[in-house]
Amino acid sequence: MGYQPHSLHIQGEALAPAIELIGITKRFPGVLANDNVNLTVEEGEIHAVCGENGAGKSTLMKILYGMQPADEGTMNLFSERRTFQSPNEAIEAGIGMVHQHFMLANQLTVLENVILGAEPTQRGGLIDFDSASEHLEEVGKAYGLTVDPFDLVESLSVGERQRVEIIKVLFRGAKILIFDEPTAVLVPQEVEELFRNMRELKANGATIIFIDHKLEEVLEIADTITVLRQGKTVATVKPSDVSATDLAELMVGSELPKPQITDTKISEAIGIQLDNVTVLDEDERPIVDAVSLEVRQGEILGIAGVEGNGQHELVGAILGTQKISTGSIFMTGDDISNTSVRSRRENGLGYIPQDRQEEGLLLTAPLWENAALGHQTVKPFSGGWNQWFIDREGSRSQTERIRSEFDVRTPNVEVSAHALSGGNQQKLIVGREMVSEPSVLVASHPTRGIDVGAQASVWEQIRQARSQGLATLLISADLDELIGLSDRIVVMFRGRIVAQLDPSEITPRSLGAYMTGATTDEGSA
Amino acid sequence: MSEASMIGLLTAAVSFGALLYLAALGELIAEKAGILNLGVEGMMAMGAVTGFMVALETENAWLGLIVAMLVGALFALIHGLFTVVLGAEQVVSGLSLTILGLGMAAFVGKSAVGRPPGAVLAPVDWGFLSDIPWVGPILFTQSPIVYFAVVCGIATSFVLTRTRTGLALRGAGESASTVDASGHSVVQLRLGAVAMGGALAGASGAYLTLSLTPQWTEGVTAGRGWIAVALVIFGAWRPGRCAIGALLFGGLLALKTRLQTFGVDFSPILLSMIPYVLTIGVLIAISIRARNRPSSAPAALGQAYRREER
Repeated sequence: MGYQPHSLHIQGEALAPAIELIGITKRFPGVLANDNVNLTVEEGEIHAVCGENGAGKSTLMKILYGMQPADEGTMNLFSERRTFQSPNEAIEAGIGMVHQHFMLANQLTVLENVILGAEPTQRGGLIDFDSASEHLEEVGKAYGLTVDPFDLVESLSVGERQRVEIIKVLFRGAKILIFDEPTAVLVPQEVEELFRNMRELKANGATIIFIDHKLEEVLEIADTITVLRQGKTVATVKPSDVSATDLAELMVGSELPKPQITDTKISEAIGIQLDNVTVLDEDERPIVDAVSLEVRQGEILGIAGVEGNGQHELVGAILGTQKISTGSIFMTGDDISNTSVRSRRENGLGYIPQDRQEEGLLLTAPLWENAALGHQTVKPFSGGWNQWFIDREGSRSQTERIRSEFDVRTPNVEVSAHALSGGNQQKLIVGREMVSEPSVLVASHPTRGIDVGAQASVWEQIRQARSQGLATLLISADLDELIGLSDRIVVMFRGRIVAQLDPSEITPRSLGAYMTGATTDEGSA
Repeated sequence: MSEASMIGLLTAAVSFGALLYLAALGELIAEKAGILNLGVEGMMAMGAVTGFMVALETENAWLGLIVAMLVGALFALIHGLFTVVLGAEQVVSGLSLTILGLGMAAFVGKSAVGRPPGAVLAPVDWGFLSDIPWVGPILFTQSPIVYFAVVCGIATSFVLTRTRTGLALRGAGESASTVDASGHSVVQLRLGAVAMGGALAGASGAYLTLSLTPQWTEGVTAGRGWIAVALVIFGAWRPGRCAIGALLFGGLLALKTRLQTFGVDFSPILLSMIPYVLTIGVLIAISIRARNRPSSAPAALGQAYRREER
């Protein structure tokens, strides 16, 4: 039963849709990832599937691509009923997947990566590298995608790697391409390049399914948009008929708050103060260079800056993981420059790390253990008559409290952290820090990589804590977030604070100019 | 040192080198597919005892070799079952395999201890080639397994770089999910590689009891499996470089038994430590050198692959 390519699209004639997914249901232990999902993709369109993290987009695509079997439901390809047991069968049927986390072996060459699984062979199973590289060049030319076939993937930039992924799919003759959150890893210029490539592909007759949760992107590139929420299809719309706000509300299912702060209750008491703090890197060069700043109770100080300008090390210095060579740090009046991480944490320093999976969670540990991390030495996680033991009951009930107050969507607190979506993982971390009622919070990219719903809830939590007198240091690459939440913004550039700004007087654009060092501090607030 | 004893040393270096090389090559194949198998020593012991005993019963050394390879492969598949199929910790499983193999070989081979071999793998007769001065005795008076090792080395290198299976196998060691998504079966590739590794370790063991020693005693492998594991790192996961390392370490093993006959007065106990001390030294040197550069180790080495993870 071979797959017939339907490359001719006759205007006005109703053709069978390229893909029809009907009633797809997929259960994971304790989670209903897809719940009776329907999706219809017409041939030759760019069809966006969007939804919050954990809405079931990736699962749906894995089912379509044969990586996971559906528990229920049917799939039609050009009105022919199909089931794929493996990606191989999907590939044979002309479906290709451009994965979010690149499926590339770094130490193999571009060519080896591209042909892996579709090796052209000569007699005796030998790979025909010559014809392979020819074919690769043809494909590259036809779609305007160029890379050197003999480069090691290791040496390529992120954008180039993605191009290799796309070429890989085209090399196998795919006519239907699935892009799984392709923009998540790209910088803005690379996104433009990607969209150009996608339009080119469409012009060449390809059908594209595009998974994303960034609304502007979806509205810009898609011909049709299907929205998933909590594993269900909620709507299929045309971009011309909806606004970004409409789309966001469809995704979240309620009206969206904005990162706007109205009340001001900044007190005189200083939460955290840095006095001339310098951190040296391995080569003894200052990576944080004589930084002085203070955050008052009830104030949010935003730190803007292009990544790698010392923000990460500054956070480390405050937390105590990074040794400071000169200067001192005061927390609620006490000099903590030489104290341990643990004593800083016990004395009311809350921390939301920039990489929740790397620094924030033990992915294989249950939620209640994760909720204790950073607070394991204090009540209710331990303490009392015997501080050497973890109070399991106390930890569980505290985790239950975080779960309900911070809307962490999970079947129970015994599941391991990796079973949660990114947004829910982040809510767990935010909850963990907030319920301990810290006096100072260091929030590093608190909403990075999470969907609008979880983002709004994190913002709301930070805002609430602020009105209760929390001193917050907010590091973020999301300029709207910085401007919307902060009472003051300072800009870090090459380890120094180069500007102090009033968020009410600036735009992301003018802030961007400070961040690249194009403008220096003149009329600061 | 006389010319004859020098030739003798180099001949033994090649013999011992082939012993190490076979086992190292097997380990290299498994590691290229992403599976670290620390059970080499155990698989060698199993190959050594079964090869010897089959030859004892059938008086056919070749049959012994084949059975040893089969047993090695089957034995390695225990590791495969735990690490590839069940996703267990590879270091733990590998170490258990060594312990199990050594113990089981001692148990199975009890009746064969001290007995003369039923058959040996006689050196290949290369005719006039073996009369060439130096080269002749060193290269052309060896056991057939030595030539088998050379063929295996070339074949491995060829298969890894030029064939589909080889490409997919290297991919499985670099990024298993990539290979899975490409349509190759990670489980099949890794199991195959582990079994192949076991077969070569088994051959190496049989070489010991059917040709080099040729006798079975408990502990006849004497830690050489561990040298083979180190050789893979020494050779930067390349068959060619491993061969050089194997000759080097083979030379050291040969030197150990010969130094006394050269009239060097040195404690034989300390002497027998040399190859192992050097193994440790080499590993330290390599890791220091590699600290500031990307490692040539397969990226996914030691990582279990499970498909249905969210």
